[in-house]
Amino acid sequence: MFYREAGDFKTSYAADNQTFPIAFDRYRYYIVLLIGLGVIPFVITDYWANAILIPFLIYAIAAIGLNILTGYCGQVSLGTGGFMAVGAFTSYKLMTAFPGLDMVTITLLSGAMTAMVGVAFGLPSLRIKGFYLAVATLAAQFFLVWLFNKVPWFYNYSASGQISAPERTLFGIAVTGPNAEAWAKYLFCFAFVFVLAWIARNLTRGSIGRQWMAIRDMDIAAEIIGVNPLKAKLTAFAVSSFYVGISGALLFTVYLGAAEVGEAYGIIKSFLVLFMIIIGGLGSIFGAFAGAAFMVILPVALRNFFAGSLGWDPALATHFEFVIVGALIMFFLIVEPHGLARLWSLAKEKLRLWPFPH
Amino acid sequence: MPDQLIFAMEVTINGLLNGVMYALVALGFVLIFKASGIFNYAQGVMALFAAMTLVGIQQGRVPFGHLINEIFGTDVHYFGWEVPALAAILLTVVVMLAFAVLVQKFVFKHLVGQEPIILFMATIGLAYFLEGVSDLMWGSEIRNMDVGLPQGINDAIDAATFEIFGYGFFIDNLDISAAIIAAILVGGLIAFAQYTKQGRAMRAVADDHQAALSVGIKLNYVWVLVWTLAGIVALVAGIMWGSKSGVQFSLSLIALKALPVLMLGGFTSIPGAIVGGLIIGMGEALFEFSIGPMIGGATENWFAYVLALVFLVFRPQGLFGEKIIERV
Repeated sequence: MFYREAGDFKTSYAADNQTFPIAFDRYRYYIVLLIGLGVIPFVITDYWANAILIPFLIYAIAAIGLNILTGYCGQVSLGTGGFMAVGAFTSYKLMTAFPGLDMVTITLLSGAMTAMVGVAFGLPSLRIKGFYLAVATLAAQFFLVWLFNKVPWFYNYSASGQISAPERTLFGIAVTGPNAEAWAKYLFCFAFVFVLAWIARNLTRGSIGRQWMAIRDMDIAAEIIGVNPLKAKLTAFAVSSFYVGISGALLFTVYLGAAEVGEAYGIIKSFLVLFMIIIGGLGSIFGAFAGAAFMVILPVALRNFFAGSLGWDPALATHFEFVIVGALIMFFLIVEPHGLARLWSLAKEKLRLWPFPH
Repeated sequence: MPDQLIFAMEVTINGLLNGVMYALVALGFVLIFKASGIFNYAQGVMALFAAMTLVGIQQGRVPFGHLINEIFGTDVHYFGWEVPALAAILLTVVVMLAFAVLVQKFVFKHLVGQEPIILFMATIGLAYFLEGVSDLMWGSEIRNMDVGLPQGINDAIDAATFEIFGYGFFIDNLDISAAIIAAILVGGLIAFAQYTKQGRAMRAVADDHQAALSVGIKLNYVWVLVWTLAGIVALVAGIMWGSKSGVQFSLSLIALKALPVLMLGGFTSIPGAIVGGLIIGMGEALFEFSIGPMIGGATENWFAYVLALVFLVFRPQGLFGEKIIERV
């Protein structure tokens, strides 16, 4: 009823190209923005910020990044954790070496640094494909973590080998360090998510995004119709690593505050982000959000259910988490390889015809 | 002979024996990959699960004991008997058979014909699932495994090398028995594939699914068979690694180490898995010995992957793999 276009009355190219052609979608998007900017910052508590909202926003950036590489360009990467570590350590070095630099610049520079590292490790993708490449990216994962662990320059020769984020302000308000308030951290992350998601959405709609998808669907055919695989694959690696690097930087500076590289950026993190995009939906920006939300909320919900409501040992809740996550991955791949995002768009298709489906 | 050279020889031998262990895990990968095109990431967790099950049965633990206690408020941990090692191994094989049937019935039957990368991701899901089940069934503590394999330094080699070089090599008995068992296992697998009806069916399926189907080979049966074999290989690998360093979560990470082994040897070749394992085992031991001290040590964490990465750029199909031909 309310969810449909009443005919095709577009009179300009701008109207034809808009992201949300259906009014209901457009209003929903504005409402989500309004709630995100106008309501949540005023009611946010430390628990909600630290348990759900901030990790969700940060992982959403990483998931968008990996989705660009894996979902849009078809290059599976298991090195996400390592690339996040590059972002984190770049931001750490910048924060300690240039105390005057503001956080936005630091975070963007961390992303740029990660993009360069990503391109370097993306070069083999021109020769090797599929899960051969996935294993090759494992080299990045293990090598980078080892590097940050063994070269003391990266952690400023601190005795514990840990890095910890000093307090930095933006417009006079602390966004990192122990004194930063929940709402400030939240808004800082929200701004990044908003801008990056907007860019990603438009990149994937444009010519570069179409090149990525052509490479994903069949690289040889894409090459024949004039897509340059070198350019397409390396830009995918660069953009993806940029996003992942920013996410890693934010995870360290804003969320964790202090990090030990093997623990915070290990192979587990690579899989976590990969699961987000599988469950959320490969090749969909909305899917990255859905998957990030799902994987952030699931452990919290399970812990609350098993440990809180049933009063079980928390260790059991962790074990169940493994079982449930694993089962869900298999379930989604069997039933709906395109994840939550596909279910969502199916629901939308149904809504268009409702209540008269024939 | 200079000391450094003698040390290097010892490191090489130990590296080779370690490589046998990698090859054992890689073997399980090759079996499944050849027959069904599934790249089974869960192989390492299967080794963990098999080893946990073996220890659990041997010690007479109650499966899901922790869970049962939490739900019903009881306090059961042990049945109160101990199963001899051989019987426990046979029982574990039965468990792995059941696992193979279930995996085939509930997961991979529904994924036939999907892209390889989807299958790969499904096995990552399977790995998580199985790890959770293993923790729920037997707990997540480190367990000691003892199935009666000889342990400790091999005195004969120690004495013989002392005689020749004036320095006794430290070679673990366990590593030697692992190498012997691995050799027997590979011989057995090759004999099985060559001389039995089931083995022939397996090779036919590996060659061409549709042709095998058209001459009346049951694909489902062959796949269950292959998963069972992979389960048995996982059990052997689990026993070896478990006896060496205790049965614990890190066991499942050796699966990752098997990946560069496979890339080096080629995904479709059993001899490739063995040779790849030996090269990786020896290479990382020597690299750690010669270059490691200069750059901070612990290089075995990444050396294998970087070696495989560099190697792949020059020869994408691996040493013994079939040439990759792409058609549009």
